[in-house]
Amino acid sequence: MELGHHISQRYNEELEDIRSKVLQMGGMVELQAENAVKSLLNHDRPLAKEVASADHKINEMEMEIDEDCIRVIARRQPTARDLRLVIAVSKVITDLERIGDEAEKIALYSKKLAKKKTVIGMHSDLAHLSELVLTILHDSLDAFARMDPEQAVKILGSDTQVNMEFDNLSRLLITFMMEEPRHIKGALRVSWCARSLERIGEHAQNICEYVIFLVKGKDVRHTSLEHIRSKYFPQDLEDEEPEED
Amino acid sequence: MIDISKRSEFDIEIKGTVGKPFVNNPKMSSRNCDVFYGDKQAIFDVNLDIANNEIIAMIGPSGCGKSTYLRVLNRMNDTIPICKVTGEHTLDGEDIYAKKQDPVLLRARVGMVFQKPNPFPKSIYDNVAYGARLHGLASNRAELDEVVESSLIKAGLFKEVKDDLNKPGTGLSGGQQQRLCIARAIAVDPEVILMDEPTSALDPIATALIEELMDELKENYTIAIVTHSMQQAARVSQRTAYFHLGKLVEVNETDKVFTNPEHQLTENYITGRFG
Repeated sequence: MELGHHISQRYNEELEDIRSKVLQMGGMVELQAENAVKSLLNHDRPLAKEVASADHKINEMEMEIDEDCIRVIARRQPTARDLRLVIAVSKVITDLERIGDEAEKIALYSKKLAKKKTVIGMHSDLAHLSELVLTILHDSLDAFARMDPEQAVKILGSDTQVNMEFDNLSRLLITFMMEEPRHIKGALRVSWCARSLERIGEHAQNICEYVIFLVKGKDVRHTSLEHIRSKYFPQDLEDEEPEED
Repeated sequence: MIDISKRSEFDIEIKGTVGKPFVNNPKMSSRNCDVFYGDKQAIFDVNLDIANNEIIAMIGPSGCGKSTYLRVLNRMNDTIPICKVTGEHTLDGEDIYAKKQDPVLLRARVGMVFQKPNPFPKSIYDNVAYGARLHGLASNRAELDEVVESSLIKAGLFKEVKDDLNKPGTGLSGGQQQRLCIARAIAVDPEVILMDEPTSALDPIATALIEELMDELKENYTIAIVTHSMQQAARVSQRTAYFHLGKLVEVNETDKVFTNPEHQLTENYITGRFG
């Protein structure tokens, strides 16, 4: 999808500027999430502190991009795909900011968890969930950067996997808490981290929905994946069918 | 500088009209409309319905044929000797180009408001009363007074001019003059009002007043408006028709045209792109 080619060169620059700021913000958020997970898995308190203290940069970025969007709406009255870009960006950055908040929460819990390395048993399950969520986040940002609705719809399908991992981990934590009541506090913190990871996955999927809206002009929120696929991506289904056989 | 020969819009082929050019039970309707000025063809095979009580906006770059098409609808092109109009054009299912059709009566049913306010050099009262007198719509002075007053009220001008009805219409401000022209068009009780860039000579406040007026008028009339302001088309119309190089490219609900148009050329035009 082309952003440029307006008669007004300045307008091209303004839209491109907004887009590149979103990518920059996406990069910052991804790094925050990665570092938060690292600090959690490696009991790295200094890194957790760093994540917690860097969240304000993301908040500022959100406000700056929102201001840019308002300015473009007021001055250019964007229409069609330009309008969809501005609206999608304004929504994407809200989700990015929330992801930043979740990363901050993970960092705060991991700071506390780092003192007591008791909940080690969950390490591999937590690592698994983290990896899955970070991949989804990375791919969503990639789909946004390339404005690729096909990739976006694929990511929407990974929802069930995250839920499965999250449920698994929750079950393990419950068992652990029953066996070791002294460590309930720590186990709850791990559970909250898992919850934050699950939320990050949800926000990343929202971003994918906005990518589809941006390129295809269709609002696919609150729509089943099957419906989205059959209605807007019939080509994908044809490609996949032979594999299923 | 933009090199016009490199504009890719000339490479995009227009195959018929996309979207929804047809409606059930149309007020006006055109089929296979071609218009020629001498040897030059200005409009190519336009097929379009205009629904009852809708405002349809016609947009497109200069020279795309939108004004020419508007003038087809009340036979204003008859006044241009070299102009030839073909195809079928109906108002309530009746052929408006039929031999028995009197163009003067047609123009009473299909009124027109132009870009530049053009009141007659007469009093405000006489400007509005002119058409009613011509078509014998009032049998005495009291009836004529009523026609003038109700037309001025509908055009949203009465309050401003009620004490100055005998003053010349040309003494009003631009926006007031345009509303006077609308009152004049309404006075003959038309069914359709054609507006050819009615606000392009007006300031934003006068424009807003006319747009508000259009919204009220659509309760009783069908309105077709040609406009260069896309925001105006987006604000006032229910459907939008995009013309390009004499062809009707796309007709769709205005909401759709401005958020997710079907045709690439429509998108390029409304987003301010050249290729």
